[in-house]
Amino acid sequence: MSVIHPDEYTAGQIAGTVPIDRPQVVDARTGDGTLIDDPAVRAPLVLNNRSFHDITETVCGYVEKTPGGWWWPLFGVANMLAAIGTAMILYLLITGVGVWGLNNRVDWAWDITNFVFWIGIGHAGTLISAILCLLKQKWRTSINRAAEAMTIFAVICAGTFPGIHVGRIWFIWMVFPIPNANGIWPNFRSPLLWDVFAVSTYATVSALFWYMGMIPDLATLRDRAALRLMKNPAGPTVAPFLNIRVDEVRAKVYGLLSLGWRFSTRHWQNYEKAYLMLAGISTPLVLSVHSIVSFDFATSVLPGWHTTIFPPYFVAGAIFGGFAMVLLLMIPARELYPNMKELITLRHLENMAKILLVTGMMVGFAYSMEFFIAWYSGNQYEADVFLFNRLLPPWWAQVGEDGQLKYAPYWWAYWTMIFCNVVSPQLFWFRRCRTSPLWIFVVALFVTVGMWFERFVIIVTSLHRAFLPGQWGMFYPTWVDILTFAGTVGIFLTLFMLFLRFLPAFAMSEIKNVTPQANPHAHGHEGGH
Amino acid sequence: MSNKRSKTIYKTPQGAVVYGVVAEFDTPASLSRAAEKVRDAGYTKWDVYSPFPVHGIEEAMGLPATKLPLLTGLVGLCGAGIGLIFQWWVTAVAYPMVVQGKPFFAWEPWTPVTFEFGVLFTAFCSLLGMLAFNKLPMWYHPLMKKERFLRVSDDRLVICIETSDPKFNIDSARNLLENAGGRHIDLVEE
Repeated sequence: MSVIHPDEYTAGQIAGTVPIDRPQVVDARTGDGTLIDDPAVRAPLVLNNRSFHDITETVCGYVEKTPGGWWWPLFGVANMLAAIGTAMILYLLITGVGVWGLNNRVDWAWDITNFVFWIGIGHAGTLISAILCLLKQKWRTSINRAAEAMTIFAVICAGTFPGIHVGRIWFIWMVFPIPNANGIWPNFRSPLLWDVFAVSTYATVSALFWYMGMIPDLATLRDRAALRLMKNPAGPTVAPFLNIRVDEVRAKVYGLLSLGWRFSTRHWQNYEKAYLMLAGISTPLVLSVHSIVSFDFATSVLPGWHTTIFPPYFVAGAIFGGFAMVLLLMIPARELYPNMKELITLRHLENMAKILLVTGMMVGFAYSMEFFIAWYSGNQYEADVFLFNRLLPPWWAQVGEDGQLKYAPYWWAYWTMIFCNVVSPQLFWFRRCRTSPLWIFVVALFVTVGMWFERFVIIVTSLHRAFLPGQWGMFYPTWVDILTFAGTVGIFLTLFMLFLRFLPAFAMSEIKNVTPQANPHAHGHEGGH
Repeated sequence: MSNKRSKTIYKTPQGAVVYGVVAEFDTPASLSRAAEKVRDAGYTKWDVYSPFPVHGIEEAMGLPATKLPLLTGLVGLCGAGIGLIFQWWVTAVAYPMVVQGKPFFAWEPWTPVTFEFGVLFTAFCSLLGMLAFNKLPMWYHPLMKKERFLRVSDDRLVICIETSDPKFNIDSARNLLENAGGRHIDLVEE
């Protein structure tokens, strides 16, 4: 078997010495051809030298063609979970927050854990769409759309929890500064109110960014439907008894949503500026949102919460957990959908694995820094929190001043967190692991679990041992707690699958723009910059 | 009113009013070179259509820089100002309440919400300003009736010189596009 370097192959095709349709034979060490270590070689972002038209066909195909047999079973399961979650929320609203395991000692538990967990997941989407855009990371173009969608759905799941955890849901409007007959206004000095503003701004801006990015691709779907209507007098109808063609509905709905976008350069000019500004403003926004979420804890006086490291620690953790979720969604998707491996190459996965490794080390550093400060500050309460709330398992129990054995009742949660978040990403030091979709998927699964436990550790273990022994008590989740969380997973997956089915899952115009043939100077000075 | 348009009203043999002349180009490079030629010929009412923003095409078209960032920056700052004033009014005027002995007026705890207001206004202004500058939404356009033009959203690269251009002449526009390497040169009906 002859071995051709992928770059040589592309060069040959441009020069016309290699036929376009020749199957690509590449060096096994470069995986699908993108895992090149040579810094002088630019790895292709889209495999197999796809033309603009091929990219349109592939991406629009995900929306226009019926998905495989896997779709309905998977969608059914997601939908069922979503229905269970909705039922649990209704049950909670009708009955009261007592259906959860909250008590007077631990009065925030799974609700706020889930809130921080989901909002953190959203942050990877904004990081990919905004920060990687500012850093001109071209590989982001094939994952940004799905990641932004994930952001919005995660924020929807996140926003549910603070909404329903207040108990008297009919007073939830009081978190917003709405003029009312009592003349009462919210307290702008409270971090909880900052959080309301941060999360609602984040949800709004993410939705605007997502929508604006989709306008050209929605216009592509519109034009394709319109072309089919022009060409074929007959086509599939919405239902056997309804004489409305599917393409008519597509042309109308996508047409309405794409606002009459006609790919004019005068439009593109404003569009690109607006896109850049949204990226520029989303970057400090995403950092501020999770910082403000961390203020919910950091501005209180509770040991374990009252630390200045929280904002950067939370932001790093959010990106860590979010990238793991992007991988959890995209690795199966690229197996299930045809040709998706051409758009999300092994290089993309490897890049994300590297980000997992880096951010995993950042949270690991934050964990150790918490211990260092607990010791270095000389604050006994802090030291106690970390030793006897989190670290010490029963077999390392120490005898306290009162002669009783002291150990951390939630040691298992802490050590699960450490194993999942700090130990498991270390596998990515090995090239074999960080280039294998299976290994990446497994680690991403661990990281997702670990990041849920991180929030659980921060919230529940800090609360269950406050200053007074009278405030001490354990938290046990009820079945409603568990099913509500499972339900939000269902809501998230349902929304994500609907997105894959009906909206352009890849930013076609952006992917086309980073292909080699899009460069108007390609023939003049190749590889010049 | 009608004199905004050039003196002649161009019509097809069938009697339909002509919107402009379109030509297709093969590669972004040839599109870019053709755009330079149209620019140098002194046209002002014309446009380049491509499935993605071709790198450097604004210079090739001679487009001035957009004012959108300036507008958005101002609106963003106004948003932040509104946020700050609003919090001051709520906390110090409408509902002054002693919380932990803190002063009624202090900007420090209002920083996060002020920032979020600024971000929100900037984001809305970016999107809505972009649409307003582009005169969108516009759900009807003469070009959209052309079957070939609908392929721009897939992979075609098109230049259209409009009849509303003061320099417009149907033959010279055709020749210019043809000499620049345009193919499938065609008239677009209004």
